[in-house]
Amino acid sequence: MRFSVYRYNPDVDAKPYMQEYDIPLEPTDKMLLDALIRLKSHDDTLAFRRSCREGVCGSDAMNINGRNGLACITTVAELGDHITLRPIPGLPVIRDLIVDMTQFFRAYHSVKPYVINNDPAPETERLQSPEDRLELDGLYECILCACCSTSCPSFWWNPDKFLGPAALLQSYRFIADSRDQATNERLDDLEDPYKLFRCHSIMNCVDVCPKGLNPTRAIGKIKDIMIKRMV
Amino acid sequence: MVNRIVTGAHYGLRDWLIQRLTAGVMLVFSVIAALRIAAAEPGFDGWKGVFDPAWMRVALFLFLLSVLYHAWIGVRDIYMDYVKPVSVRLALHTLTVLALVACAGGVFELVWSH
Repeated sequence: MRFSVYRYNPDVDAKPYMQEYDIPLEPTDKMLLDALIRLKSHDDTLAFRRSCREGVCGSDAMNINGRNGLACITTVAELGDHITLRPIPGLPVIRDLIVDMTQFFRAYHSVKPYVINNDPAPETERLQSPEDRLELDGLYECILCACCSTSCPSFWWNPDKFLGPAALLQSYRFIADSRDQATNERLDDLEDPYKLFRCHSIMNCVDVCPKGLNPTRAIGKIKDIMIKRMV
Repeated sequence: MVNRIVTGAHYGLRDWLIQRLTAGVMLVFSVIAALRIAAAEPGFDGWKGVFDPAWMRVALFLFLLSVLYHAWIGVRDIYMDYVKPVSVRLALHTLTVLALVACAGGVFELVWSH
């Protein structure tokens, strides 16, 4: 199997380059992550993140043949004979396929991704009706792998100001939560030409999300609520 | 001045909404204008007749306002993405507004002065 892999070690390399590998895979190397681990057994200087190896932790997000995805849930068979791997675009590279996600998590933290409720804490949990709970489906499943935000041109142009699809999906997740009492503050915070309204419904986020979520729809719902509040 | 990343201008929804509403106005007007032009006699008098009725003048005026506002938001969005220095962007904003107002003047001259 042929691989072209983005290599960059700032301690040694003046600039990034693509390294070619031609290695035989074992029959058990079904997933791209298996192939990467095989590759690392041939060249242990290659650096990449991985943890759960089953699409839950979101660590091994990378650009696979030009498209963002998780190495652990991408089969080698679907990628053809020549696999090109690069780090997810738009974030600073720390080394090889590892990026600095500070910017991404700064946007995430800025939407206050937790329930804000000023009522006294109840004896047990805060209850929701089944209908209210249903609102959170398609929102809470996000694993923060950053595949969506780093495939979004608006995030590439304004990564410091546009929150990106992942953070906006999380913002709506708490706006939609019946237990949350900070909807107005959340909407006030998003009433900004950059944070929310840089989204031009390009929908790359929907295209690449490994969990099949739809940040564009969530962003649309935030806009709907804003209009409802305004008129 | 401290080099801080500032957001929170507290506008965005209004412009986003107006851009969509003006798109609707432009679409409706374009269809009406196309139908009227297709049905008109070829030549100056026929075309003049298309825009003569009072309601058509009002519609054209609304269309013109829609084009200007829609174009302003669209061009400003491009500047937001690609032009980072504040002074350059402010200058471009000013030039764009002047150019759009000049275009409006041109339309008034062209359509209503004869």
